Amino acid sequence: MAIELRQVSLRVGAETHIYETDLSLEPGQFNILLGTTLSGKTSLMRLMAGLEKPTRGELWVNGENVTGIPVQKRSVAMVYQAFINYPSFSVYDNIASPLKVAGLPRQEINEKVRRFADLLKLTPMLDRLPSELSGGQQQRTALARALVKGAELVLLDEPLANLDYKLREELRDELPRMFADTGATVVYATSEPLEALMLGGYTATLDEGRVVQFGKTSTIYRHPESLASARVFSDPPVNIASIEKRGETAYLSDAVSWSVPPRLAEMPDGAYKIGLRPHHLLPVGEGVEVDGEVQIAEISGSESIIRVIIEGNNWVSEAHGIHGYEFGESASFFFDSNRCLYFDANEMLIETQV
Amino acid sequence: MSRIEFKDVRHAYPPPPGQAPVYALKEVSQVWEDGGAYALLGPSGCGKTTLLNIISGLLTPSEGSILFDHQEVTQLPTAGRHIAQVFQFPVVYDTMTVFDNLAFPLRNRGMPEARIRERVTEIADMLDLSERLQQRASGLTADGKQKISLGRGLVREDVNAILFDEPLTVIDPHLKWQLRSKLKELHQQIGVTMIYVTHDQVEALTFADQVIVMHDGGVVQVGSPVELFSRPKHTFVGYFIGSPGMNVLPCRLENGQPVFGNNPLSSDYPADTDLSGKLEIGIRPEFVRFGDDGIPVEIQKVEDLGRFQVVTVKHESEQIKMLVAEDQAIPPESPMIQFDPANLHIYRDDWVVEAKGA
Repeated sequence: MAIELRQVSLRVGAETHIYETDLSLEPGQFNILLGTTLSGKTSLMRLMAGLEKPTRGELWVNGENVTGIPVQKRSVAMVYQAFINYPSFSVYDNIASPLKVAGLPRQEINEKVRRFADLLKLTPMLDRLPSELSGGQQQRTALARALVKGAELVLLDEPLANLDYKLREELRDELPRMFADTGATVVYATSEPLEALMLGGYTATLDEGRVVQFGKTSTIYRHPESLASARVFSDPPVNIASIEKRGETAYLSDAVSWSVPPRLAEMPDGAYKIGLRPHHLLPVGEGVEVDGEVQIAEISGSESIIRVIIEGNNWVSEAHGIHGYEFGESASFFFDSNRCLYFDANEMLIETQV
Repeated sequence: MSRIEFKDVRHAYPPPPGQAPVYALKEVSQVWEDGGAYALLGPSGCGKTTLLNIISGLLTPSEGSILFDHQEVTQLPTAGRHIAQVFQFPVVYDTMTVFDNLAFPLRNRGMPEARIRERVTEIADMLDLSERLQQRASGLTADGKQKISLGRGLVREDVNAILFDEPLTVIDPHLKWQLRSKLKELHQQIGVTMIYVTHDQVEALTFADQVIVMHDGGVVQVGSPVELFSRPKHTFVGYFIGSPGMNVLPCRLENGQPVFGNNPLSSDYPADTDLSGKLEIGIRPEFVRFGDDGIPVEIQKVEDLGRFQVVTVKHESEQIKMLVAEDQAIPPESPMIQFDPANLHIYRDDWVVEAKGA
């Protein structure tokens, strides 16, 4: 299903939940809405589903204006964070329920239920009640029920948030593949940058009710058009600092400077901002050297996450290996200035890469 | 503050009539040293919450004993144990101010008001809540409320330990990160024993000095984050810690040495090592690399995770995951891979086989 939001906005009372948004999703595409709580992910999904009528703007599906057409008349399935199953139905009957409502022949129902149970590794549990399943199996049952309908648009609102870490990892791996086979257009909301990267596909970064950027997931990660987009797509947070550009040189302070890319050198002198990903700021290495005061180092077995104050900025370094520090310890950190993202006074990216 | 010890603790919930009891917690003997930062890590149903409830006294174990500073407390109720607990969902009194919320446990114990003021101010300062002390708790965001819950756990000075049960579940990822660092910082400042229960390896490994990994009602390994990463004692630890987890691959014995595919694996085992039973090798994705010779594989999938790439390759019917640097080119078609011998482990029936000199 091709789905298009045309200048859609949503106001509830005096509050704007979604500012004017244009967004176009291709059929069969896996799309991610990435943003923090209250950034507008759920509102946007409810608009797409037709559960919410836009205050302004139009919703188009497969070239047809469907604004205001209720959800029941459209081929949509939605799965929420808190998995919902019928507690007194077996797994089989839970999955079969939308097909029974649709009045499909028994033989066809049986075939479909078994196919999706197999896909979601639920075959051995078909006769059990939801209460006899683990959280992951319950959520897979809810997913199977959403998929079995063959809906052309599937909306998943943080569907893995309540699951165990490892299970999440497995389902993230399986989900895009599962949907690739069904041809459905998928919209998946998450607040976790790494989850977006693992799922791949296309990502829309959301910030306070606005879609700040939309495109291929890896492109959005590498080329955030604005500081807002970079912030949404970084965990730990992207390191930000103000710099002074004079001629071909960027000054983080009087003592710390480096050459800027040609594109930026041509621009007027003055104040700019840089964004530097935590894994590009390292406790050992070469490039620009900065002095920091370490706040805390967290060690996770294979890597270290070090919170450090550099030139008055709260920065984070994420490095391979074990790097232990005392609270308040002075230490040098390094970064390759080619890794810097540069932003103008409006916090928009200055494209410096050819 | 005190040292907590479990001696042969086991627990079974009452079984249905006519059935044998199933142990939710198999035999656990474990010491939590005074002032340590510990994590209990495992998937749901592994027994970690049962263990936590036994420490706090919400549950009396079917067998074994619990000692606080060598004093038996097995039958002592929760109130007598001086344990502070922070739960998954914030517990705050919405109608009270932040100050009154933090002061609550102290007023309950009849501490003089002047001392309460001092202590609350101190804790609020550590949690960056000083500006909000006179605000009503109901106006705070989820992370603000959870900070109050943390603060209430920290405010008492007479506690033996503070237990955290998945305290960051309701917190947004970017704030999770801040609260986690904060908690670690607080531990360094206060020095009280902290036990943190989670299924999230990142939270466990970054918070704790010692992580207790639980699986199926039992403790499979206790160690520092580095030990758990570099030398998993059980294949479950290898799988559960690390993302992606350790590759566990079948291997066979040829002339007394383990072989994967057609490749002998250089590991030096004492001649009398018992290598019967199910033999597997464990190698983390971090320690698999492309090379000019080695094991021939086919590339199945390349995932760009920003900081690095996860490459899935296949050798015969075995899938192997490897971590490749952000900028490294992936060789075309049918490359060879190598395992770093220093980080290769052999498992016999899921338990690591100790090599010479290990």
